[in-house]
Amino acid sequence: MRRRGIKASLREKSLEFITKIGKGAVRQILKMGRMGIFLAKSISCCATPPIKVSLVLKQIQFIGYQSLLVIFLTGAFTGMVLGYQGFNTLSRFGSDAFLGPMVGLSLIKEMGPVISALMVTGRAGSSITAEIGIMRISEQIDALQLMGLSPYRYLVAPNFIAAIISVPLLTAIFDVVGIFGGYLIGVKLLGVSSGVYFGEMMSYVEMEDVLEGLFKSLNFGLIIAWVCCFKGYYTGYYTGFGAEGVSTATTQAVVLSSVLILVWDYFLTSTQLFV
Amino acid sequence: MIKVEDLHKSFNGVDVLKGVSLEVEQGELLALIGRSGYGKSVLLKHVAGLLRPDRGRVLVEDQDMCRLRGRELIRVRNRLGFLFQSGALFDSMTVLDNVAFPLREKTRLSQQEIREKVMVELEQVGLLGSEEKYPSQISGGMVKRASLARALIGEPEIMLIDEPTTGLDPLTGHTILNLIDTCHKRLRFSGIVVTHEVPKIFEIVNKVVMLHDGRVIFAGTPEEILSSEDETVQTFVAAGAEWLTHDAACHPPMLDRGKKNIHAF
Repeated sequence: MRRRGIKASLREKSLEFITKIGKGAVRQILKMGRMGIFLAKSISCCATPPIKVSLVLKQIQFIGYQSLLVIFLTGAFTGMVLGYQGFNTLSRFGSDAFLGPMVGLSLIKEMGPVISALMVTGRAGSSITAEIGIMRISEQIDALQLMGLSPYRYLVAPNFIAAIISVPLLTAIFDVVGIFGGYLIGVKLLGVSSGVYFGEMMSYVEMEDVLEGLFKSLNFGLIIAWVCCFKGYYTGYYTGFGAEGVSTATTQAVVLSSVLILVWDYFLTSTQLFV
Repeated sequence: MIKVEDLHKSFNGVDVLKGVSLEVEQGELLALIGRSGYGKSVLLKHVAGLLRPDRGRVLVEDQDMCRLRGRELIRVRNRLGFLFQSGALFDSMTVLDNVAFPLREKTRLSQQEIREKVMVELEQVGLLGSEEKYPSQISGGMVKRASLARALIGEPEIMLIDEPTTGLDPLTGHTILNLIDTCHKRLRFSGIVVTHEVPKIFEIVNKVVMLHDGRVIFAGTPEEILSSEDETVQTFVAAGAEWLTHDAACHPPMLDRGKKNIHAF
């Protein structure tokens, strides 16, 4: 009798456990579906008129122009570190002449797009989530909807277009600054010939590499806008309300964007390698 | 004009609306009263199409707001004004820009014409001189008035007003209600006012509906509610009126009856 009771209670507990897992999984699937719909709606608003040009320009100024300083700094120091590490590694094999291609390819294909995107996520992405999140909890988004205006067109699409334009441009700047950072260390400090540095770089870095890097950064721009706008727009649905909800949404946006950038970078790199 | 039929809504398993029905005729102003947390604002958001019900429907001019999507929904919303409890002004814009925003986005009026229209509207709500201030630089009452001006600038046929006096001192609250009354007489919109401003609200509305525990427990005219025999209605109205003197708008015998029940709240 007692054993039967224990069995029933165990069955109940395991059923409860499975139900919890099931509910969690369904919630995640629904959330992913909502994210997908959000992306589709946002892209459709970006692709169809009217596009709010003044808002797009304002966001380009915010995401692009205001990120310049941080991109300059990170680009310069990344290039300088690559110059040092590259020289130390290559000189072991007597190949320090290849410092230029090493710095160039590393920056253009991987480090430029990834680090620029991570910097933009931290600087601009978090602000986008916080701004839209505050608008959500203070009913400003509802007010827009009740005026018969689309929040996607006013709040989301300008961020998408601005990020898609700004992030590749910032990446290009990052690459150039990084290459000169590597030049500063490799040529001016460690004694690699200037002609060799740039000459080898020009021989080994192809236009395809540049396009690959820019294509990646375009993808990352889309990811930043998508995740950060989504998290802001759905503040209160997936996070608590109020200041705490906005802060949670902002943290989640930065973490998810950063992880997605790295995961998507792997996918893009691996598929391009196999092509 | 507005018809709510058997509306049910629950949040996380908690039933907020349990079969609410009401009707607002053309040009009529309805007061939706009841204790906090009993679903008044939720009901209003259903009428605006911001929330979807679990069951039941909301008809605005025979169009089911729960089924409308895209352009059809926008068409209905273009005829609707909504005054939020918080004001919901865009905090990055000045009062003038806030009020002008619907006109800038939805009409082809010139900047000069828009400015003139906005100034007229701001004058109506007594906000001339504050047009260049930001929402954070003005008082709660001024935010409500600016929000009312923004809601009215498009001359809506339907107004939904969510607790226009909450958080304001009694005098400012009465000023806002008088302003709503003036605007209603001027524009002849149909509307719903969610409020606790009892019995003052009875002076400006045509109909009163009281929600209690997710259900309608009273629907009738302001005169009828003042002579209602329902204990909950009496108590609620008396609680609102107890600060007033006996020669105020409230029915004195009802005030006495209600005071006896007030401790039950």
